[in-house]
Amino acid sequence: MSSETKQILTTDGIPLEVSLKKAEKKNKIKAFLLVAPLLLFLIITYIFPIGEMLFRSVDDRMVTNMLPKTFQAMEKWDGKELPPEEVFEAFYLDYKFLVEKKTFGKLATQLNYEKNGFKSILKKLQRKMKKFEQGNYKEQIMNVHKRWANVEYWRAIKRRAPDITYSKYLKAMDMYENEDGKISQVSEDRRVHRILWLRTLEIAFFVTILCFLMAYPIAHLLATLPMKYSNLLMICVLLPFWTSLLVRTASWMILLQQQGIVNDFFVWIGLVGEENRPEMMYNKTGTYVAMTQILLPFMVLPLYSVMKTISPSLMRAGKSLGGTPFVAFWKVYFPLTIPGIGAGCLLVFILAIGYYITPALVGGASGTLISNQIAFHMKSTLDWSFASAMGLMLLTGVLVIYWIYNKLVGVDNIKLG
Amino acid sequence: MSKNSEFVKFDKVDKSYDGKVLVVKDLNLDISEGEFITMLGPSGSGKTTCLMMLAGFETPTNGEIYLDSNPISNIPPHKRGIGMVFQNYALFPHMTVYENLAFPLKVRKVSKDEIDKKVDKALSMVSLTGFENRMPGQLSGGQQQRVAVARALVFDPAVVLMDEPLGALDKNLRESMQYEIKHIHESIGVTVVYVTHDQGEALTMSNRIAVFNDGKVQQLSSPDKLYEEPVNSFVAEFIGENNTFQGEVSDISNGKCKVKLKEGEIVANPINVKSKGDKTTVSIRPERALINPSQKMDNNYKGKIEEVIYHGDHTRVRLKVLGNSDFILKVPNSSQNIDIKLGNTINISWNSTDARALDPK
Repeated sequence: MSSETKQILTTDGIPLEVSLKKAEKKNKIKAFLLVAPLLLFLIITYIFPIGEMLFRSVDDRMVTNMLPKTFQAMEKWDGKELPPEEVFEAFYLDYKFLVEKKTFGKLATQLNYEKNGFKSILKKLQRKMKKFEQGNYKEQIMNVHKRWANVEYWRAIKRRAPDITYSKYLKAMDMYENEDGKISQVSEDRRVHRILWLRTLEIAFFVTILCFLMAYPIAHLLATLPMKYSNLLMICVLLPFWTSLLVRTASWMILLQQQGIVNDFFVWIGLVGEENRPEMMYNKTGTYVAMTQILLPFMVLPLYSVMKTISPSLMRAGKSLGGTPFVAFWKVYFPLTIPGIGAGCLLVFILAIGYYITPALVGGASGTLISNQIAFHMKSTLDWSFASAMGLMLLTGVLVIYWIYNKLVGVDNIKLG
Repeated sequence: MSKNSEFVKFDKVDKSYDGKVLVVKDLNLDISEGEFITMLGPSGSGKTTCLMMLAGFETPTNGEIYLDSNPISNIPPHKRGIGMVFQNYALFPHMTVYENLAFPLKVRKVSKDEIDKKVDKALSMVSLTGFENRMPGQLSGGQQQRVAVARALVFDPAVVLMDEPLGALDKNLRESMQYEIKHIHESIGVTVVYVTHDQGEALTMSNRIAVFNDGKVQQLSSPDKLYEEPVNSFVAEFIGENNTFQGEVSDISNGKCKVKLKEGEIVANPINVKSKGDKTTVSIRPERALINPSQKMDNNYKGKIEEVIYHGDHTRVRLKVLGNSDFILKVPNSSQNIDIKLGNTINISWNSTDARALDPK
């Protein structure tokens, strides 16, 4: 017994574990050095930008830094009625400084995000401010425009006081923090984002289903046809990969437009009349058709790689044991393809949920997705923090789906090829 | 109950895959009920195709197959009620052993109690009781093989087909499985059609063996007859070891013939030769040629030992006899044969009945 509990020594008398660690150390360092460039690359190109995005989506120091005195004075203000004279004075001094530095435009933009109407009254204030007299700034400012006498605008400024804000996230959900600090919904006619989120999920879901329904038979054919035919079919599946995404989308535009080939065909076979050609583009239909076609290979390939490994004798065994072809398929073949189905669906869904170019080109107003909204805020309104917030919500959504998938199917079962 | 001697009947069956080459040519084969029949042949000889036609995965190009007097060409595989053991077992990898065995019963809508009973019985038959909840991947090759056999038998099929089921096992396991399958066959009396390219397996297990070559059955007979009395040179060559002499019949009378070789002449048993002048291949099993035999035999020659290979229980001796330097002798390992040394010349003899004059190669 004692020999078992005793520490095992090498022939040189060093404990075995120490010796093993020493021997492995060199290999470990070598292995690390080999992956180090990739790790560095990942940190620079992936982890750092995402961290930056996260930070940008909650960062609100810009306004804080522009109006330091105002926020200091506002600390004592309870926000129920118009702020006292000190706040107006502090605001006047801050704004004057910004006007002198000619950076007041940024403040106007930022405050306008918070509440519409700030831009014009700040401009007006800037013009009138030159004639301001010493003292009693409250009255002077309120005289510039009646909105300055509206307590809500002052509350809006106060809301921008903290360094960190989650208002962008609320905005993405069509909600905002109202005057009392309660979270409430924006008025019905302005709830645009929630529709977009739901539409994104809906389109991603149905595109995944459509891709699955089409890819399953193709993948099965690919896996079972003799080599010379399956190679040709494989090329047909992969051909779209070799063509630019833009070209493929553009070709769908040619096909689907009202005077396009598909419509011509429908008219020719008499399915629809010449006068009422259906609109298949610039709406959801266009998005569905084009996205399904473009994402199809991502479903075919994982399915194919799984089906390729299923021995044809399994189906034969199923049949010889008395199962009808359907039973043999459903009980034997189908369960064995689940890892491929899981991988394909996950891949297509994740790609679809963040798809941008295709919906932007063929989606029109009713077929655009949340990614188009993100792009809009990146390029047009320049509200990068809002775009970041929506981007992060999208990322979180994908991670949640991944987590659910892992719980249901198990990520270990995924087979991509 | 009299056994149906035409339980499975291949009637003038032809099979071609591409319309150019016949893989199976005019196959006529009757298999009686409860028989263990083996289709033996080199790869590409058409034996597996025959099995697939019987199972229903291939359709005969011409002719008909009857099962218990009913033509089955138009019956889909799942309605034939034929059990099958596949080359690589084809166990369903996502089901436990129990589920694998229950599959054929479930699709037949057998009640749960009945399924439990039958699965139990089938597992005990292959001595795998207690393995119900294992996945096939957790079993060794031999165990998977047994599960496959049990699955093919669990629904009491009239016929069980086995397509080289032991091919993936190592030698020892293969041998013990041969006995096991043979015993299972004997105890339940099911009709078994077995395909293999391993002659040892065929000889050990079968009631009758059909030797296939080139899409045709060359010989259909019991293992001993097949070995002792091959009807042509292919069978003689394919089954067991074989010493051959090429020659021409110089005389034929009284059930004996004289065959003239390049060097010398031997007396042989005319099987496939009819008349003088026929070309022939004479085949003699190595163990039928003896050194200095005690009784008199009608073929006596001298041979020079060219090679001695020690095999433990016997020694193989390669001789040069009558110009043939590939003549093999099997000498039992006993103290008598001390003069077997390289370069020695010895006397060997055999009976003319054991020297079968077959068709020329």
